[in-house]
Amino acid sequence: MAKSQIELKVNGKNVEALVEPRTLLIHFLRDQLNLTGPHIGCETSHCGACTVDLDGKSVKSCTIFAVQANGADIRTIEGIANADGTLHAIQEGFREMHGLQCGFCTPGMITRAYRLLQENKNPSEEEIRFGISGNLCRCTGYQNIVRAIQFAAAKLNGAPFQEAAE
Amino acid sequence: MIPAAFTYHRPKSIQEAVALLAKLGDNGRALAGGHSLIPMMKLRLAAPGNLVDLAGIGELKGVRADGNDIVIGAMTTQHELIESNLLADKIPLLRETSLQIADPQVRYLGTLGGNVANGDPGNDMPAVMMCLGASYNVTGKNGERRIAARDFYQGAYLTALETGEVLTGVRIPTPAAGHGWAYEKLKRKVGDYATAAAAVILTMKGGKVESCSIGLTNVADTPLWAQEAERILTGSTLDAATIKRAVAAAEAITSPASDARGPGQYRTKMAGVMLTRALDRAKSRVRGQGSE
Amino acid sequence: MNDMTPTSAERAAKLEGMGCKRKRVEDIRFVQGKGNYVDDIKLSGMLYGDLVRSPHGHAGVKNIDTTKAAALPGVVAVITAETLKTVNLAWMPTLAGDTQMVLADGKVLFQNQEVAFVVAESREAAADAVELVEVEYEPLPVNVDPLKAMTDGAPMIREDLKDKTDAAHGKRKHYNHIFSWQAGDKAAADAAFAKAEVTIKEMIIYPRVHPCPLETCQCVASFDKIKGELTLWGTFQAPHVIRTVGSLISKIPENKIHVIAPDIGGGFGNKVGAYPGYICAIVASIVTGRPVKWTEDRIENLSTTAFARDFYMDVEIAATKDGRVTGLRCYTIADHGAFDACANATKWPAGLFSIISGSYDFPAAYCLVDGVYTNKAPGGVAYRCSFRVTEAAYCIERAMDIMAQKLGMDPAEFRMKNLIRREQFPYTSAFGWQYDSGDYRTALNKAMESVGYKKLREEQKAKREAFKRRETRELMGIGVAFFTEIVGAGPSRACDILGIAMFDSAEIRIHPTGSGICRLGTKSQGQGHETTYAQIIATELGLPADSITVEEGNTDTAPYGLGTYGSRSTPVSGAATAMACRKIKAKAQMIAAYMLEVHDDDLEWDVDRFRVKGNPERFKTMTELAWAAYHEVPPGMEPGLEAINYYDPPNFTYPFGAYICVVDIDVDTGQTKVRRFYALDDCGTRINPMIIEGQIHGGLTEAFGIAMGQEIHYDAEGNVTTASFMDYFLPTAVETPHWETDWTTTPSPHHPIGAKGVGESPNVGGVPCFSNAINDAFAFLGATHIQMPHDHWRTWMAAEKLGLHA
Repeated sequence: MAKSQIELKVNGKNVEALVEPRTLLIHFLRDQLNLTGPHIGCETSHCGACTVDLDGKSVKSCTIFAVQANGADIRTIEGIANADGTLHAIQEGFREMHGLQCGFCTPGMITRAYRLLQENKNPSEEEIRFGISGNLCRCTGYQNIVRAIQFAAAKLNGAPFQEAAE
Repeated sequence: MIPAAFTYHRPKSIQEAVALLAKLGDNGRALAGGHSLIPMMKLRLAAPGNLVDLAGIGELKGVRADGNDIVIGAMTTQHELIESNLLADKIPLLRETSLQIADPQVRYLGTLGGNVANGDPGNDMPAVMMCLGASYNVTGKNGERRIAARDFYQGAYLTALETGEVLTGVRIPTPAAGHGWAYEKLKRKVGDYATAAAAVILTMKGGKVESCSIGLTNVADTPLWAQEAERILTGSTLDAATIKRAVAAAEAITSPASDARGPGQYRTKMAGVMLTRALDRAKSRVRGQGSE
Repeated sequence: MNDMTPTSAERAAKLEGMGCKRKRVEDIRFVQGKGNYVDDIKLSGMLYGDLVRSPHGHAGVKNIDTTKAAALPGVVAVITAETLKTVNLAWMPTLAGDTQMVLADGKVLFQNQEVAFVVAESREAAADAVELVEVEYEPLPVNVDPLKAMTDGAPMIREDLKDKTDAAHGKRKHYNHIFSWQAGDKAAADAAFAKAEVTIKEMIIYPRVHPCPLETCQCVASFDKIKGELTLWGTFQAPHVIRTVGSLISKIPENKIHVIAPDIGGGFGNKVGAYPGYICAIVASIVTGRPVKWTEDRIENLSTTAFARDFYMDVEIAATKDGRVTGLRCYTIADHGAFDACANATKWPAGLFSIISGSYDFPAAYCLVDGVYTNKAPGGVAYRCSFRVTEAAYCIERAMDIMAQKLGMDPAEFRMKNLIRREQFPYTSAFGWQYDSGDYRTALNKAMESVGYKKLREEQKAKREAFKRRETRELMGIGVAFFTEIVGAGPSRACDILGIAMFDSAEIRIHPTGSGICRLGTKSQGQGHETTYAQIIATELGLPADSITVEEGNTDTAPYGLGTYGSRSTPVSGAATAMACRKIKAKAQMIAAYMLEVHDDDLEWDVDRFRVKGNPERFKTMTELAWAAYHEVPPGMEPGLEAINYYDPPNFTYPFGAYICVVDIDVDTGQTKVRRFYALDDCGTRINPMIIEGQIHGGLTEAFGIAMGQEIHYDAEGNVTTASFMDYFLPTAVETPHWETDWTTTPSPHHPIGAKGVGESPNVGGVPCFSNAINDAFAFLGATHIQMPHDHWRTWMAAEKLGLHA
């Protein structure tokens, strides 16, 4: 099958590559660009482990072909940390609040949380839960993920983080 | 997980897309948001030899008022529907429905056109379009035509679209100011298809129903326009006895599949419950004269 | 010493030892997307394997034509049972004493069973080639109903066992029978029932479900022809077991097999055993001389790998009319699918099911389990089950509620009356288990007080009256569960996997400059072992937790262990860690005595140092002693500071808990809202409260999924209808309730640090708590038992049956 040339930006770097039309973006990122942060957890577009940030949108990279991403500006978990290399507030929040266990859903979850906090700088718990409803987790039960995102929101807003009483 | 191979096309205009699809015939499929088609391709339930990506066609985007109608380009995403101030103001039913479709990521890419065009009985927008009395702008090699949503759905994955035609936009007559609306969807979890859902648009005058529109989702192999239920309710005060008769009329047109969501008999009953709750919520939202 | 000198408490805090909420070491790489999972592995020349699977639930395989597939550009090999037979691997032994087809050998016995293995240069070529393998099937009658498996004329599942009446666990009484296993005292139980004042009997079904970790099963096999050595990376909860089993079946000696389990994206019992995909990848690597990667997709994972439960439990309780239980009987049919591939210890074909007397003082009890074959995927033991403890706990907790209902007693009050009392510990159950420690009444009282139980029951009473008056269409349910579970497999006299005793290990080496490394035979799949084992060492040895590297999963370097499942890591390897530390500490003490020129007995331990009794200014810290161990040891002593311990536990451990939840059910749709869920867990000594809380949240969420909607469902034709995320119910953040966690601490007297393990408790206690709540909501209307899952339509049907929609 003839390959197509695509040009896009990934984590701030310009990338040129040849892909088959049927190559899913997740496979392109993982296999050709060696960005193994985003993961594959299903084949029916439910789990969200493959979530990346594409042109300012949270996108399940398993449900888009790499050719469709020609010209796009993509950020994966590998590009979430701050420019100076320190952890993004969300990454810090996940560690502070124990928002991960096996780590498999984490890249997609953090990448989604990144866009969620761009959409809504101060989400309520309900808005957070609705905002991450496209990302499944089997380990944490989501509660600490919510706290992690609240921690991050507070930090990004320069506000103190109030932990809700148990 | 891996689709069969295909050739990828990215036309820059509707004409180019239509010409391509006409040439490819059954060997070509239009690609909109891809969140119905690509999952099917990954399971190899669909294996089109060619994909015609509509994403490069600017004319297919946008939400605008056109006289008494609102026209929405087929490639408008669910996210864009939710963000549209015009729609929030004029047809809030759409936003309420979009927020109940799938999840945030799917809504970023999934399109209105994709949701209404492929004939999947599980999709939410078709019944809403029937409820709104919308029509679809369709372009094919023989030119343009307009098909009423209420005439569009023929069976599961069977629509009035002919091979090579592309749904380019949706035209919705703007509901009267102060109308009540609701999309009530019962589902097993967020993002699921409906166990049963009901879309209602309501206007009231002098405490009575002046007009009533009802669409039902996923309780037959097509979306349903509950005309008889509408007739029963029109002119009533939405009293319990009339609602009961309307619900019975709505249930009577359902023939839901028995699946993991429940047996057909349960889903029929749920269509009725969703209709009742949608009517209740729509009524509570009616504003202005007649809302008493 | 002056005001600047840190106190013992300050020094202890800096160590981040046991009891503190130490932040996880693992997180640093995971939050940056730098985990190393199996599918991240790329080797030069690596090939991709993919499986052809049967669409039929039961069929003869007349012919497999691989010509077209093999001819596809990029395809390197197509392997069938015929290929495997040449190396005697068409069938493989299971962990339960059965054998299992690796690839279809004349027949397929369940839908999606493995039929052929395609190996290609790319994922795409492999996927295309799978479509090109042509298989001729001859469909056969299907049976997916375990209750019909042993009837006359039921379709025979295992023709290969046709003439085998003596099997791994004794005599088989029918061609679809696997084993009969019993425990307790039948005569005593029968006698109790014969004279009982009140009895209940109910069929409690625990449906088939699946642990569904987010990462599916996968491996990379790389056989080095020149060295004759196999390296196998994989999603292995028990890497050493895989190595030993791999050696036994491949005949490659163990020293030439290197098994590495890297980061694993969740296990939950799904990744214990060996799957056909692993064997095929190994054979393919040997045949092609190149590394072969096999990954499965989600449908494959849900429909063919280790499922859980599928127990049909006919349970009876006998009691006095004032509510004292006198007897328990349970007859169970266990559906193991087409092969008994359970990861059970050898002597326990029904796992630790005989914990079924639970937290209650039953004077007499008996249980009998019959395992049967059906046309479904093989397995049975998985999903945080602690070896069938989830089934047992669900059964007894439902049964206690049913008895309470019959007696007209409050379920909590009925439990309180029958809980084993603190003075009875160590308690020997009617099934012979010696429960190590517990203070059940305190726990249940604390739970009830925390939720305001009495007020909840008053509210429920008022709501029930309002319902009867048609003022509300909501029913309120209160679920109570008090579970005791049995984990930490296990004492060698009782537990072995394929003959290997279920000890576990820790090997600790302290470096000259005072940091160290600990390697263990367990294998974390998210439980935070890199963080928590270091905390044990920090407390035991007085070295900062941050200075201890913890490694698991590489069979070349890790001491032998039986892996992580059944909540056994803390009870067994946690104990081994403490014991190894104590050996190191003993040596360090001798070095300290030598350096300080005192006798060993003149020294006392103070957080991170040995100091001279009565003269605390004279001390040697463990860091100083580490340095000394490499150059200043007493004459006659070996240099170095390390120890290894293989720990054979003297007993299991018995974590317990009191869970209470409140639900509100919309009778007209069958939807259930969880208003509140309170979980009190007693896991003995709590090593890292943050991690414990995370385990409870996760286990309760799995329990919620199970109770409220999960099932691996087969239709009568043997089609698995719920094998993708379209239908297999995994709750999102929206459905998942808020969890309240609490605890009591009753240390295990036989464990070196008093810890019991906790990972599976929330699934053990959570499922019955939810199920009891839904049942409780309808109980006042006469319903005695509504089966799981409590999804909308089933709950609605229960309401319909009770006439609530009239």
